[in-house]
Amino acid sequence: MAQVHQFDAIVVGAGGAGLMAALYASRGIKTAVISKLYPTRSHTGTAQGGIGAALGNLEPDSWEWHAFDTVKGSDYLGDQNAAKVLATEAIDAVIELELMGLPFDRTEEGRISQRRFGGHTNNETKQPVRRACHSADRTGHMILQTLYQNCIKENVTFFDEFHVVDLIMNGDRPAGVVAVEIDSGELHVFQAKAITFATGGWGRIWQTTSNAHTLTGDATAIWLRRGLPLEDLEFFQFHPTGLYPIGVLITEGVRGEGGVLINDRGERFMERYAPTIKDLASRDVVSRAIYLEIRDGRGIKGKDYVHLDVRPETVNRYLAEAGEERRLTAEDVINKLPDILDFTKTYAGVDPVKQPIPIQPTAHYAMGGIPTNLNAEVIRDGSETVIPGLYAAGEVACVSVHGANRLGTNSLTDLVVFGRRAGQQMLDYCKNADFVALPDNPTAEVEAELDRIRNASGSVRGIEIRKKMRKVMMDHVGVFRTEDGIQKALDTIRQLQDDFRNNLSIDDHGYRYNSDMLEAWELGALLDTAEATALAALERKESRGAHSREDFPKRDDENYLAHTMIYSEAGKLAVRFDRPVDLSLGYEPKERVY
Amino acid sequence: MKVTLRIRRFNPETDQKPYWGDYTLDGVEPTNSVLELIHRVKWEQDGTLTLRRSCAHGVCGSDAMRVNGVNRLACKILMDGIGVKDGDTIQLEPILGLPVIKDLVVDFEPFFDHYRAVMPYFVPATPPPADGRERIQSQAEREVFDDTTKCILCACCTTSCPSFWASGKYVGPAAIVQAHRFIFDSRDGAAKERLNILAEPDGVWRCRTIFNCTPACPRDIEVTRAIGEVKLAIKRAE
Repeated sequence: MAQVHQFDAIVVGAGGAGLMAALYASRGIKTAVISKLYPTRSHTGTAQGGIGAALGNLEPDSWEWHAFDTVKGSDYLGDQNAAKVLATEAIDAVIELELMGLPFDRTEEGRISQRRFGGHTNNETKQPVRRACHSADRTGHMILQTLYQNCIKENVTFFDEFHVVDLIMNGDRPAGVVAVEIDSGELHVFQAKAITFATGGWGRIWQTTSNAHTLTGDATAIWLRRGLPLEDLEFFQFHPTGLYPIGVLITEGVRGEGGVLINDRGERFMERYAPTIKDLASRDVVSRAIYLEIRDGRGIKGKDYVHLDVRPETVNRYLAEAGEERRLTAEDVINKLPDILDFTKTYAGVDPVKQPIPIQPTAHYAMGGIPTNLNAEVIRDGSETVIPGLYAAGEVACVSVHGANRLGTNSLTDLVVFGRRAGQQMLDYCKNADFVALPDNPTAEVEAELDRIRNASGSVRGIEIRKKMRKVMMDHVGVFRTEDGIQKALDTIRQLQDDFRNNLSIDDHGYRYNSDMLEAWELGALLDTAEATALAALERKESRGAHSREDFPKRDDENYLAHTMIYSEAGKLAVRFDRPVDLSLGYEPKERVY
Repeated sequence: MKVTLRIRRFNPETDQKPYWGDYTLDGVEPTNSVLELIHRVKWEQDGTLTLRRSCAHGVCGSDAMRVNGVNRLACKILMDGIGVKDGDTIQLEPILGLPVIKDLVVDFEPFFDHYRAVMPYFVPATPPPADGRERIQSQAEREVFDDTTKCILCACCTTSCPSFWASGKYVGPAAIVQAHRFIFDSRDGAAKERLNILAEPDGVWRCRTIFNCTPACPRDIEVTRAIGEVKLAIKRAE
């Protein structure tokens, strides 16, 4: 029998959203954070360029501009009420982080320094605005560290290296979660009145990704298995500048500092695709442009990459051409982008002060995920029926703020703003809520699955399945998509699910720190999330934001100005476009031009 | 090229004592990282091989290990970075000074106990500004502690330190780096408490300035200098 723990509130995941939720909840109720990693290993720590908030520390800015940019960036699929929450609460949230000790870079007046980022504009001049609050190029690291430090200060309870593998439902009410204690291999039940999932994304579905090995869609798979819906999965962001060939993220901040994208002919090609803000157009636009350049034979030396050039002489030539007074020095590059220099030197042997950086688009961020309302409450249908006591925040959640495409810096903003809301909501909810009774033998189902994997004796190694999944998703459910391609991917994924269930082989049959078994369990989660992603991509017969259908190249507001809800009904997936988009700020959908 | 990984193995469920396992890989590229090679062994040859890893680009701090006898992040060391040639062997062991759980995985709890002991969090010297905005700090004040904000708690420094090997009670370089980050922050008001903690017998004075920690740091933090600055601050406060 599994050990049973009881807390008022449980937070699953210890990245920015989870820690923020935990800090707020633990002020009034007994709270624990469960993570399959040590908290400081969470992927929030790899975010680089900045956190968006209209502080206006260096030039005029307003939350209304931030909200509009977010909606426009989302290709009008983002909910406008959510964009308003994000843009207004961002300002206070960033101040809160500073007051918690976060060491932001400073302006000459000693205020939080800000830089330019893609898609963030002065709505009057249409020019890029300095909205991204930064700490060198390790802003995410600083946020993660600061939040973890504050959790230690506030004595938050942690269960480190406990891998959550199931959500316990009693009827339609959440009662707790099941976790594997990784060290011992034993199952633990955590009963709670309120549960927040903040488990991040699932970029490991794709071959080239900026995502950590541990971003495996655990929560999305659990949702499908528990018959709960997911939202907007077809919208997965490919960041334009992944380091070639390994896909490590190179921050948009490089372009924010003046860096430009250059093809094999030496052209600054973004001038053709986004005449006004050029290299700082939103990410979907830039990633498509890079793909088209490569497809038309203008990749560097005919290969699958282009150059990101931040050499001062290049940047200054374009700044002079644009009539700007600002100039970039080698010292600026070294001081403002130290980690980028480290990555490019370590993994590509390139010094960005002297050489252009080889880059290619890389699978980066899930706009979709677990559907929630503005209060981070999980909903079970397009009519926003709330599941009391169940919350989601950060990348795993789909509020939806980011719609069809997220703006750079808005992920960090999202996780503090909505992580905070989730924590506050749990605090309020638990005052009047009671525990939901655990069903009989709550671990039975997942225990059987883990035992099946632990003792699997088929002939297919996990790596073979994983490689095929990642390739077919990259080839057919990547930056450009067609019906035939997506169908092929879907068929392949279903075949791989069959291999996974019936013909898997495992070497480690033990209990202690069995990462062979847990990686295989994660592979199952990736496959289920990939299937739902491909199905959503198949059904959305239009092009919007990050979802670009070559067979349906136009946006179709008449039929698809709605969120995709992916329902899991009796083991089958069904897609319905039954969650309307909120348009309450009055920004009418129109053509996106940058 | 062909490369052999010689890995220190130990599974408490099946092994009486640790042993060396040799795994040969073909088709290794000069740009492959040590982590990629370990993954190939785990995924293609022996799934029981156990390690921690996550981001795979030197930021999360999961995969600290001894690579040819020195502490490194496996994801941040490439073949050509350590001069590996065809036919070579790379030796991999868990970091020293922390109990081994299985293969390359060690128990991090004693390390995080030391971290938590130095008040590794911001204690504001002043109440929040009345205007509801951020505290003011000059960029020059911010730069004083910039280096130590880069720490990712990977334990490469602490587990390279002979003083830590000699006594696990020593708080170790990583905890001192974390304390430094706050002691020298102009907004912080608890420097005195932290310096008192670090002036204890198991604090900074266990450091013998051996300098192992500085080259071990995958974030290029000048760890020994940071420890020296803390020592100096304690002396000045006396």
